[in-house]
Amino acid sequence: MKNKYSIFSLIKNAFSYHENWQRAWRDPEPKKEYDAIIIGGGGHGLATAFYLAKKHNMTNIAVVEKGWIGGGNTGRNTTIIRSNYLWDASAGLYDHALKIWEGLSQELNYNVMFSQRGVMNLAHNLQDVRDLKRRTHANRLNGIDAVWLNTEEVKKFCPIINTSPNIRYPVLGGTLQKRAGTARHDAVAWGYARGADAMGVDIIQNCEVKGIKRKENGVEGIETTKGFIKTKKIGVVAAGHSSVIANMVDLKLPLESKPLQALVSEPVKPIIDTVVMSNAVHAYVSQSDKGELVIGAGTDAYVSYTQRGSHDVVEGTLKAILELYPIFSRMKMLRQWGGIVDICPDASPIISKTHIEGLYFNCGWGTGGFKATPGSGDLFAHTIANDEPHKLNADFNINRFVSGDLVDEHGAAAVAH
Amino acid sequence: MFLINCPYCGERDQSEFSAGGEAHIIRPKQPTELSDDQWAEYLFMRKNIKGVQFERWNHAHGCRKWFNMVRDTSNDKIHAVYKMGEKPPIK
Repeated sequence: MKNKYSIFSLIKNAFSYHENWQRAWRDPEPKKEYDAIIIGGGGHGLATAFYLAKKHNMTNIAVVEKGWIGGGNTGRNTTIIRSNYLWDASAGLYDHALKIWEGLSQELNYNVMFSQRGVMNLAHNLQDVRDLKRRTHANRLNGIDAVWLNTEEVKKFCPIINTSPNIRYPVLGGTLQKRAGTARHDAVAWGYARGADAMGVDIIQNCEVKGIKRKENGVEGIETTKGFIKTKKIGVVAAGHSSVIANMVDLKLPLESKPLQALVSEPVKPIIDTVVMSNAVHAYVSQSDKGELVIGAGTDAYVSYTQRGSHDVVEGTLKAILELYPIFSRMKMLRQWGGIVDICPDASPIISKTHIEGLYFNCGWGTGGFKATPGSGDLFAHTIANDEPHKLNADFNINRFVSGDLVDEHGAAAVAH
Repeated sequence: MFLINCPYCGERDQSEFSAGGEAHIIRPKQPTELSDDQWAEYLFMRKNIKGVQFERWNHAHGCRKWFNMVRDTSNDKIHAVYKMGEKPPIK
C-alpha cells in the first residue's frame, strides 16, 4: 500500500530529515507471464498501464523499458500542452487529454505542476492570419477555447515581443488558448509509474525487447534482455523506435524517425509568463519554474536515431527568437539535446490495432506527443482492453493510410511539423 | 550534423543537402491496376531502419543533382555515395 502524499506526510518526513520516504515504485523481476505487456516506459506507456489497471481492471500487466522510465522523449520535450487543433478528430483527441490534465495531479496524488499559463500562436503573414482565424473558429465550434488577438493585444499579453512592423517577419496577430500551458514532464512519468505500481503493475526497467514471438495470427510473448515473457496482448508505445519493434514482426508503418531538438538557457528572473509559438519562423519559447528559457527547435529533414540533431536547425531557431525577442540577445544557452520523434505522413498519431491479433501500436505522435499523454494512455488502454478503439481514437487507426481518410494536421495544428 | 561527399561536387556540409527519404522504392509501372493496399505501401509505408539505410539525397544548395547514399542512421556514419541508376556498392 502506498502512503498518500500530503502536507501531513511532508511534515512527518521532515522529522526524519526526509530519509524515510517510501520508494515510489518497486523494481521487480519479470514474471513468466502477464495478461498484457506495454513496450516503452515513457509517459504514454505508463499512462496506458495506469488506465488499464484503473479503468479496465487489468492489473497483471507489465511495462518494459530498455532504459529508465521517462528517459526518452518524456524527459526531452518542451512540455507544452494545448488542444487548439483544426480538425474535429484531432480536437476531440487532444481536448480529451487536456481535460484529464486539469485534474491529473489530484487523480495521481502527484504534483505534475500543470500550469495553465496560456499558449499563444503568432501570425507573420496574411496566410498565417487567415489560417489562424479559421482555426480559431474551428476550435470554438468544437468547444475549445480560442481567441484571436491583434498586434496590440499580442504586445499587451506578452510585452517582450518585438511587434515592430519593420522586422523580417512582423507580428500581424495571434491566437490564444488560455486553458493551454505546461507541466513538469518528469513528474508525469513518475506520477503514472507510482500510480500504476500501486495497483500491481510491474515496471521493468533496463529490459530491452529483442524480438516478438508469433503464434498463428497472434502473439505469444516477447524476447527481452531479461529473458522470454509470455503474453497474449502487446501494446507498443516506443515513440521514435516504433519501426524498430514493427520490423521485428515484418510490419511496415508509415513512420520516419527524426531528431527534434530543444535547448534551455541559463536561469533568469521571470520574464515570460506564457508559451509563445511561431509557426512561420519555427520558434517557440516558455520559461520553466527554475527560470530557464525553454526553446523548441525543428526536426532534421533526414531519418536518424542519434538524439543529437544538426547545428543549422538550432541556429535558424535562435535567429528567429532573437528577432522576435531582442531582449534575449545576451542570454547564454546552457544545454541542447535531441529526441527521436516518429512522424506520420499526415502528422497525426496512430492509436490502433494491427492485422496481428493482440498487437497494438500507439505511435506517430511526431513532434507533439507530450500534450496528449493522459488522453493517449486512456484511449490506448481502452483499445487494448476491448480489442476495439474508443470513438475518440477510431479515426487514428492504421488503416487510414489505405483508405485515404487522413487527419491532415500538417501546418493546420498551429505549428509546423 | 555531418559532411556529405557529393559525387559531383565533393565534400560539403550536410546543411547544403536535402534528404529525399528511402531509396530504391520503385514507382508502380501500371498505377491504374494497383489496389489501395499497394498504393498505401508505395506512398506511405517505410522501413525507417535503425542501422544501415539506403537513401536519396539532393545537393539542393549546390549542383542540385540527386544521388544515393548508404548511411547508418544509428550514428550518422556514411558508408557509400553513388549516382542515381548505379547499383549500390555494398549490400
